[in-house]
Amino acid sequence: MSDNLITFTNVSRFYGEVLGINNVSLSVPPGITSLVGPNGSGKTTLMNLMTGLIHPTEGEIRVLGIPPDHPERLCRVLGYCAQFDAFPKGITGYQFIYSFLRMYGKSDAECDQRTRASLEMVGLTQAADRPVAAYSKGMRQRVKLAQATAHNPRVVVLDEPLNGLDPLARSEAIAIFRQWGGEGRHVLVSSHILHEVDQISDQVILLSQGYVVAEGQIQGVRSEVKEQPMQIQVRCDKPSLLAARLFQQDHVVEAKLSPDGKGLLLRTRDADSFYLLLNRVILDSALEVESVAPADDDVNSVYHYLIGEGSSV
Amino acid sequence: MSSEPLAATAVDTAVRSNGSTGEWLRQVGGVLRLELKKTFLSRRGWWIYCLALGPFAIVVLHWLIELQRSRGVINGRHSLGEDSIAFAGIFLLYYLRAGLFFGCMGIFANLFRAEMLEKTLHYYFLTPLRREVLVAGKYLAGLLVALALWVGSVAGSFLLIGRHFGTAWSEYLWHGPGMSQLGSYVLVTALACVGYGAVFLMCGILFKNPFIAAAIVWVWEGINPFLPSVLKKISVIFYLKTLCPVEVPVPPPFNVMVTETDATPFWIAVPGLLTVAAILLVYSAISAKNAEINYGE
Repeated sequence: MSDNLITFTNVSRFYGEVLGINNVSLSVPPGITSLVGPNGSGKTTLMNLMTGLIHPTEGEIRVLGIPPDHPERLCRVLGYCAQFDAFPKGITGYQFIYSFLRMYGKSDAECDQRTRASLEMVGLTQAADRPVAAYSKGMRQRVKLAQATAHNPRVVVLDEPLNGLDPLARSEAIAIFRQWGGEGRHVLVSSHILHEVDQISDQVILLSQGYVVAEGQIQGVRSEVKEQPMQIQVRCDKPSLLAARLFQQDHVVEAKLSPDGKGLLLRTRDADSFYLLLNRVILDSALEVESVAPADDDVNSVYHYLIGEGSSV
Repeated sequence: MSSEPLAATAVDTAVRSNGSTGEWLRQVGGVLRLELKKTFLSRRGWWIYCLALGPFAIVVLHWLIELQRSRGVINGRHSLGEDSIAFAGIFLLYYLRAGLFFGCMGIFANLFRAEMLEKTLHYYFLTPLRREVLVAGKYLAGLLVALALWVGSVAGSFLLIGRHFGTAWSEYLWHGPGMSQLGSYVLVTALACVGYGAVFLMCGILFKNPFIAAAIVWVWEGINPFLPSVLKKISVIFYLKTLCPVEVPVPPPFNVMVTETDATPFWIAVPGLLTVAAILLVYSAISAKNAEINYGE
C-alpha cells in the first residue's frame, strides 16, 4: 500500500539554525494535492526534500516506496517543475527537453518522439527551435512543465506552476493536472492563488512556519476547525421565518438576511443540528428552499482560519 | 495543451531499472553531448581559447620573423637547439605554470560551480543519473575540451617552432629526437589536463569560490622548486617536470634556492598521477552524491 503513497515520517529540515520544516508526518495518496502556506512556510522545502534536491536533517521520506537519495530510481517515476526560472545557456526548447531525456538512457528516436509530444502538450511546437532565452515568461514556464513531465512520471511535483501563465494557458494547465490526477498520478502543486487551488485540489496540505497545520480534503479540514462557526448560505422564499426559528438555537451564532430578501447567511457551531432543524422548518412551514451551501469550506476560508489574515501566501 | 495517457507498464519497468553498464554509458554519452554543446566554443570560455592559442600565435609570429631573417631582411640567426630549449621554457613556464593551469581551472571548476551560479544544476539532479555517472560525464567532457585545446596548442607550437629550419627541422623530427620529444610533451600535457582537471573539478564541487582554492594550489605549485624534497612530491608539477624531455635550468639568482631531488621514474610518475586523479574523482563523486541544491536563496 505504501508503494502507492508519498510518505514523510517525522521529517525535519534545518538550514543551520533556521527552521525549514519541523517534525512533518504526511501520507499523500494519488490525486491532486495542493501545498498552501505563506512565504517561508516550508512548501518548497517539502518539495525539494521529496525530490532529493535537499536531504532531511531527521526523519524518513519515501516516494512510492523509493528513498529520494536514489535519483537513478526516483527520477524515473518523478518529475519536478521547480520554481527556478533558469535554463542552460544557448539551448533551444527542443534541445532543452531532448538533452535531459537522453539521461534516461532512451534511444534517439524515443527521445525525439517524447520531446515532440511534450512540446505539443504545452503548445510550444512552433517555438521548439527558438532559444529558450528568447521565450516569454509564460513560454518558459510551459517549457519547464514539458521538460519535467516528458518522461511520463507517476509523481508530478509542481512549484507554483501557474505563475506567468495567461488565463487560457492557466485553464489548459489545470485541465492537464486534472487529467493526470484522474489517471491516478500523484500531482503535488504549490500555489498562492487560493481559488485555483480550490478548483483543482483533491486534498490540501496547509503549512505555516515549517509545520503542517492541516491536511486532507478541504471540507474535512474545515469541519475540524471547531472554534470557527460554519457559514451556510440558504436561498429560500421565507428567510425571515427561518431566521426567527434559528435564533432560538444555542448553536447559531449569527444570521444575516441577504439584501434581496431571498437568502440567509448564518454561522453555526453545529452544522448537523442546523440541517436537522432546516428539515423540520421545511416540513412545518412549507419552506421552499432553492439552495443550501456551505459558504466557508473553501481553501481561502480555511487558510485564513488556520493561518491568519495577516499572512501573505 | 493536451496530455498523453499514463504508460503504466513502461513506468513500472523503469522503476525496476537499476542501471546497467550499457545504460550508464548511454547516460555518460548524454552528459557529454550536452556539456560539449554548452561549453565547447562557448562565448563564456573566450579567455581559455586565448590562453591556449596565445603561445601558438607567438610561435607563428616567430616563424614569420625567422622567414624574413632567412631572406636577409632581418639580421641574426639562432640554432635549432636554442629553439628546442626555448620551447622547453615556454612549455614549463607558460603552459604548465600558467596557461594550462588556469585553462583547466576555467574549464573544470566551472563544470559544477557555473551551474550552481546559473541555477541549472537541478535539471541534472532531477534525472535518473547516479551522481557518480554525472561526475564522470562532466569530467570526460571537460577533459575532451582541455585535451583538444592544450594538446592541439602544444603540438602545433612544437611542430612550428623550428619549421623555418626547413629540412634540418624535418630531419630533427623524423630521424632525430623530435617525435620522441613531441610525444613526451603531449603526454605531459595530457597528464596535466587529467591531474589539474581532477583537482579543479573537486574544487568546483566543494567550494563556493573555487578560485581561492585554485590560487592556493597555484602558489604551492609555483614554489615547488624551492620546497624540501618531501613536500616537493606533494604536487602535480613535480611529476610533470620529471617527464619533460628537455630540462630548463632555473636562472640566477633563484637557482641558489632550488633544492635538488631525485627525479621520479616514468613508471612511478605516470601511474602515480593517474592514481591521484582517480582518488580526487572518487572523492568528487562522493561529494556530489551528498550535494544539495542550494542556490543561496
